[in-house]
Amino acid sequence: MTAGILLSSQTRGDSVELSAAGSWTAEYASAIEPQVDAATRGVTAHSVAINIARVDYLDTYGAWLIERTLRSWTSQGRDARLVGLREDYRGLFDKVHSGTQTLSPPPPRRNSIMATLESVGMTMASVGADLVMLAQMLGSLLVALKRVILRPTSFRFTSMVHQLERVGWRAVPIVLLITVLIGAILAQQGIFHFRKFGADIFVIDMVGVLVLREVGVLIVCIMVAGRSGSSYTAELGAMRMREEVDALRTMGFDPVEVLILPRIIALIIAVPILTFLGSMAALYGGGLVSWLYGGIQPEVFLARLREAVTSTTFEVGMIKAPFMALVIGIVACVEGLQVQGSAESLGEKTTNSVVKSIFLVIVLDGVFAMFFAAIGM
Amino acid sequence: MAQEPVIEVRDLVVELKGNRVLNGVTLDVYRGEILGFVGASGAGKSVLTRTILGLLPKRLGRISVFGVNLDEAGEVQRQEIERRWGILFQQGALFSSLTVGENVEFPIREYLDLSDRLMTEIAITKLEMVGLKPDVYRKYPSELSGGMIKRVALARALALDPEILFLDEPTSGLDPISAGDFDQLILTLQRVSSMAVFMVTHDLDSLHTICDRIAVLGDGKIIEAGTMDTMLASQHPWLKAYFHGVRARTGLKAAARN
Repeated sequence: MTAGILLSSQTRGDSVELSAAGSWTAEYASAIEPQVDAATRGVTAHSVAINIARVDYLDTYGAWLIERTLRSWTSQGRDARLVGLREDYRGLFDKVHSGTQTLSPPPPRRNSIMATLESVGMTMASVGADLVMLAQMLGSLLVALKRVILRPTSFRFTSMVHQLERVGWRAVPIVLLITVLIGAILAQQGIFHFRKFGADIFVIDMVGVLVLREVGVLIVCIMVAGRSGSSYTAELGAMRMREEVDALRTMGFDPVEVLILPRIIALIIAVPILTFLGSMAALYGGGLVSWLYGGIQPEVFLARLREAVTSTTFEVGMIKAPFMALVIGIVACVEGLQVQGSAESLGEKTTNSVVKSIFLVIVLDGVFAMFFAAIGM
Repeated sequence: MAQEPVIEVRDLVVELKGNRVLNGVTLDVYRGEILGFVGASGAGKSVLTRTILGLLPKRLGRISVFGVNLDEAGEVQRQEIERRWGILFQQGALFSSLTVGENVEFPIREYLDLSDRLMTEIAITKLEMVGLKPDVYRKYPSELSGGMIKRVALARALALDPEILFLDEPTSGLDPISAGDFDQLILTLQRVSSMAVFMVTHDLDSLHTICDRIAVLGDGKIIEAGTMDTMLASQHPWLKAYFHGVRARTGLKAAARN
């Protein structure tokens, strides 16, 4: 292919003929455009023509550039013509010529202050809508649960067990690892600071109460929200994108009963178990650091722990676990069912699911703290 | 017709998870022709297409595109080839997070250094060429119907004025009128730019109306390749069932009436 691209002009009285040559193709388009623009501006004659007989190659790009020039001349009130059109390029020119190029102007940019205010308002409104949707999901879950209790054979037991394996059993190693480390860090920090005023032994009280009441369940719930909540959202979202949820509905199944109930029940079973394992692992990590770093013998640790911790402490932590599981599950499923057609929306909803469920878990923890304080637990 | 092959496939063997899907496929696609590629579901049509496109690894054989053996092509040479072909995927494969305009401009932006104005104009020209109104430019793929998605995907495949166009079941999922229009559109665009079209299809109407040549894949090989008359004259049992079945006969009658 020859790279030659030029527009030379021949003037005869009030008419000008420009001739094009070389390759008028995509790869030379950026070089041709300035020449074409110059020709558009530079012509003063009334009658103008472009001769393309000497063009070697022509594609849509070249054809459009020629067409564009002819159009702007016509709009300037000149008499514009195309000469030397080869028969094999006629179809291409007809196609390009029939285009209207009428693109409506982009919607005007709005005042940035107004846009910020609007987005704040929208966010507030969407918080309200979110709460309504969570309540709705809780309602449909209860309805589905009632149906399942009345007709136990309709419960998707296999699906529940499968989910239990995914969110419970397979989460055990990572939960154990993280909670051992958290317990160890708590004990190390406690010993480091308590030692200054000779209160090393109270580290055991601190670790015991903190882990069993708060940290164990919180860490596990944050892990589960990140690990299982996100996967629920992504799964349900992908199923929505591929119309699988709609297929279920048209076959007379309730997606809440088929897809969501087994998932949430699996979470409600798995999270307390994980919380128990996590709390034990954290105590183990705390005890290990107390022994190796603080010099507190394991027997002393256990004896002190027995005094510091009552069964109430343990119960407070465990009671919270199923409720938090419910919150994580509902948020994950609500977000999953809101996924729209695009891949971007799937990502956005998955992020939302994790952020919202962690936020709600912490809020719920605060509510529980007030509640237990009020009833003296 | 110029008998210059743009795609040459020689003795291609492809295995998927130990299954020999293609077993010695030899096929040529010539410049300026529309090749219809048929075969039973699961015969490996998509596998052959994806292997030519480099999306699947091959076991044995040679694939040359524009006379360049793809195995010997360096990265730059390969990119040069990829710039000269366009692919229309079955589901359109539009980027869902980009607008229609951005989808069509995407390959242009990557390969050519054009002004924003020219890029927009070219994108709109392409959209109008495939029979869409310019106002789809700012829409998102999720706002479009199935037929419009195919057209946008075709506009994107044509964005760089390719010399080879791969179409994977272009008319599947379209109503017969839209499918007929789409066939005519492909034919018009092909005549306009004289590109080679490699079309995987099950649509007998498409085969009748726009294909210059037909290649049939079966048992991992090309059973037959030639014009529609060759296909009709063939004694191969699968071909007889395909081209003389109930659906084919009605199609043929309709074609004869026109």
